[in-house]
Parts: sequence; structure tokens; C-alpha cells
Amino acid sequence: MADTAALDPAPIAAARPESRDDRALHRRVFLGIALALALAPLVLYPVFLMKVLCFALFALAFNLLLGYGGLLSFGHAAYFGMASYVSAYAAKTWGLTPELAILAGTLVAGLLGLVFGALAIRRQGIYFSMITLALAQMAFFFSLQAPFTGGEDGIQAVPRGNLFGLVGLADDRVLYAVVALIFFGGMLLIYRIIHSPFGQVLKAIRDNEPRAISLGYRVNRYKLAVFVLSATLAGLAGATKAIVFQLASLTDVHWSMSGEVVLMTLVGGMGTVFGPIVGALVIVTMETYLAQFGAWVTVIQGAVFVLCVLLFREGILGLLARRLGRPL
Amino acid sequence: MGGMRLTQDVILATTGLTKEFKGFRAVSGVNLEVVRGTIHALIGPNGAGKTTCFNLLTKFLQPSAGSIRYKDRDITGMKPADVARLGLVRSFQISAVFPHMSVLENVRIALQRRRRGDSFDFWRPERVLRALDGEALELVEAVGLSTFAEHQAAELSYGRKRALEIATTLALDPEMLLLDEPMAGMGHEDVDRTAGLIRRIARDRTILMVEHNLSVVASLSDRITVLARGQVLAEGDYASVSKDPRVVEAYIGSGHA
Repeated sequence: MADTAALDPAPIAAARPESRDDRALHRRVFLGIALALALAPLVLYPVFLMKVLCFALFALAFNLLLGYGGLLSFGHAAYFGMASYVSAYAAKTWGLTPELAILAGTLVAGLLGLVFGALAIRRQGIYFSMITLALAQMAFFFSLQAPFTGGEDGIQAVPRGNLFGLVGLADDRVLYAVVALIFFGGMLLIYRIIHSPFGQVLKAIRDNEPRAISLGYRVNRYKLAVFVLSATLAGLAGATKAIVFQLASLTDVHWSMSGEVVLMTLVGGMGTVFGPIVGALVIVTMETYLAQFGAWVTVIQGAVFVLCVLLFREGILGLLARRLGRPL
Repeated sequence: MGGMRLTQDVILATTGLTKEFKGFRAVSGVNLEVVRGTIHALIGPNGAGKTTCFNLLTKFLQPSAGSIRYKDRDITGMKPADVARLGLVRSFQISAVFPHMSVLENVRIALQRRRRGDSFDFWRPERVLRALDGEALELVEAVGLSTFAEHQAAELSYGRKRALEIATTLALDPEMLLLDEPMAGMGHEDVDRTAGLIRRIARDRTILMVEHNLSVVASLSDRITVLARGQVLAEGDYASVSKDPRVVEAYIGSGHA
């Protein structure tokens, strides 16, 4: 408990018990997001938007673990990347329809999360984080060596296929609609998890773990459960991304991807409901529109990160939430 | 109360309870028997091993040797959460509330465990917990915190946090409570109020409390065990313990009268 104190998200956005007004505010934000999802393709490239949505879902899944479970995983690329490989392989080699391919990837990520999580939650704080990193490195080398992943080439030319065998996804706009639905559904599910009886126990464990134990909660089971949920949803994001870009590669399972999702979450606002979406939007936009600067993108990202931490430790939405005096 | 003790009346018992930290014996061969329905105080000067002993009983520490029996069941190898599920619930020396939850939510989280068991239902809305609000509010009222029900626990004063902690513990309806220095850091008024609260709770429960100060437990406890240097120094009611020359020496020796 003490060793996660530096990452304690509690003093940030959820510092005050949520009221019914806050729920109403959140409902309006959901409506706003739905509206933005419907209108965005009129002004922005669908492929760019789909990339943002995949990473936003990934960051939301990561934030579920960090911001609401109080667990910092340095190895979330493993679930994102492995799901992406499985989804790509299922669609290309087995010829599964995209929804089944995505489902397969998601399930594998969940299973991997169950195994890795069960090992990692035995330790706390930085040791927990290091175990997740080490296990993710194992997943990386597995991906590099295993025959089905295509090694350095990855799995290329993954067919987008027909949704339920009926609707062709070759058209970016049709695919965008599907990705937007997956994202929105994933976001609603995460919101529900946070605001469920289970979420209430997570909150108690994060707030005061010894006390939660003394009330009879077997806290490790809750930590494992939120770990698996987070890995599964990260897998959903990775599996979807493989279909969108018709590619699964080592990039998605590399440790720098684990770092990137931490960055997105912190920039957007750890422990805020909507922060990771903003974080993903900022980081993906920077990567896309600053691509001309080549390797400097990483330097610029680093600078943005340092500035973020120095200027608004709570992240963009954390800061906004504080200004408004409402949890976001 | 000390006279006619039958074995079946003993709710919690330790035999040869020992805890070593790298060669240092913090608790050494402690035999303790707590009789059902009594208030039993475990006192001693600083460093006597009270808190270690307490953490052993609640399984937050694992003993190096010896055994613990609760309700005729060996709990020596059990995990702390499972001990709590048997109805043996502890408090903490530093006030143990969930600071970023409301007063009502603090109590409700305990009720949630008792009434619903494990809550892994992440797909249900939080509002299903509102069914517990009524009972939670009663407990909040019982410790005099009803005006603060919607306040964040972190905002409460020290004494009120302790009251909230007691309400939360009572929500589990434990058969036996282990209180770790319930009066620590309290002013006189709070001490009196908390003593009253403990007396009320004890009507149908067993209480084992760790206290530093002998006079605090004088009127409250049926039986007192004095620890010094990890060992039991004396046991009995207040009158006999307070006159025991070894106890007096232990307290004066450590500079606490």
C-alpha cells in the first residue's frame, strides 16, 4: 500500500464521493462523445480516428487497472499485442469473420492476463510492476520467435473480411462505424465496472488495503479480477487494431507500447473516467501530425510528458475536473 | 467475573505464542485466554509486544511458534481476511477509515461484505447497493454521525473517525472485536465517550483491547493481562494487577506511571 502511495490516484479526481449530479454530468459527456463519434468522420480521416479509438480503448483499459485498481502494470503491451497477433492470425489463416477474430484475440488476452496477473499480484508496488514488465518481455520474445507471428515481418495483409459474414468492411467508413461501436461499448463497460459493487470494493482496497482485509475482503482476488478485466479490454483494443490496419507486428507487443499507454493515461488524467481518451487523442495526434520530424517525435513526446507532470500532475482532465470541482 | 471459568467459555486462546524478528523475540511464549462476553485488556509499557501480539492474533503477522485457537478452531495458519469472516474483527491504531469514501459508504462497504459475500459482480450498477443504505444509516446514527453521513471520511475529526471505524466494524456484527489502542491520541471527553461506546458494544460481544495506559482500562475491563518484554507479567482484575509490584516496576522502569 505504502509503495503505491506515489501513484495514489485518490487525491486527484475522485477525491469527493460522487453524487447523482456527477452521474448526470457523465451521462451528458457520454452523449457528447457519441455525437463526436458520429460527426468526426466528416472532418477527419476515418483511419486516423480508428487509430485514436483503438488507443483510447487501450488507455481506458489500462486506467481501469492503474486508476481504479491502484496497480501499475509496465507490461500491458503483452495483452494488446498478443490479442492483435491472434486476431490477425485468426482472420488471415483460419479465415474467421472479423468479429470472431476480434473475440479470439480478446479471449487470449484475458487468459494471458489471468496467468500473468496471478503471478504478478503476489508482489506489491514496484515489484509488481517489474514482474509485469518481465512477463511482457517474455511475450515479446515469444512473438519474435514463434513461427505463426511472422517474426520481424509480423502478420501482414490481414483481410478485413465481412462482419458476421455479411457486411464488407473494406470501406473505411463502414469499418469506422464498427470500431466506434466497439470503443463506445468498451467505454460503457469500463464505466459500469467502476460504478458497480465490484468497483466499490476496488475503491475501498485502493483507499485502505489493510482495512479492506480486516473487513474480510480477500483483496488479491479482487486485484486479479480487475487485472483480467483490464487485460481483456486491452486485448479488445489490440485485436480491433489488427483488423483496422490489417497488420499485427512486434511494435504492438514491444515494451515501448507499454510505456506509451502509461503516457496516454498520465497525460489525460489517471483515475479520471474520460482522461485516457483525451490522452490517447493527444499522443496519437502528435505521432501522426509530427511524423515529419522523424525520431524527434519521441523527444517532443518526452518534453510534453515532462511538462505535463510539472504543470498539471493530475493530467489534462484531472486539472479540468479540479477547476470544475466535479469528477470527470 | 474471573472466578468460574469453564474451558468452553474461552473464545480465544493462545498457547506458547512467539514471534521473532531476526533474533529479537518481540513476543515470547504468551498463553492468553479470553473468556466469551468479557472485556479483556492487554496492556504494557512501550515495546512490551502488545501490537505484535495483536497483529499475530488477527493474522496480519504469522507467529514463529505457538498456536491460536478461536471458537475451538485452530486459526494459526489462516489468512487475515478469512479470520475476519469467522467473526473476529480488528481495528487499527491509526484510525482506519476509507478516507475518500463518504461516511455512509464506509459503513456500507462492510455491510456489503456481510450481506452479499464477495462482490465480483462488475456488471451490476452500484445502485443495487442502495438496498443496504437503510441499515448503514442506522449504524451511522448509532455512533452519532448521522449529520455527517454524506461527508467524506477524510474530513472528519479524529474522534469522529474512530466512531466511524467502530460503526464500520459493527456492520460486520462480529462475535469478537480486537481493538488496537482505541483511545490513543484522544482528549478526556472523547475517551469517556468512546469508553461508553465500547461498554455498549460489549453487551453481547467479546472484546480484547490493547491499551498503553492502565488507568484507561481500569473501569472498563473485566480482566487485564500485563505484557512486558514480550512475556505475560501478570494477569487478573484491575485491583490485583495495579497492586502487583512487578507491574508497578515495569511501568515506572519505563517511565510511564
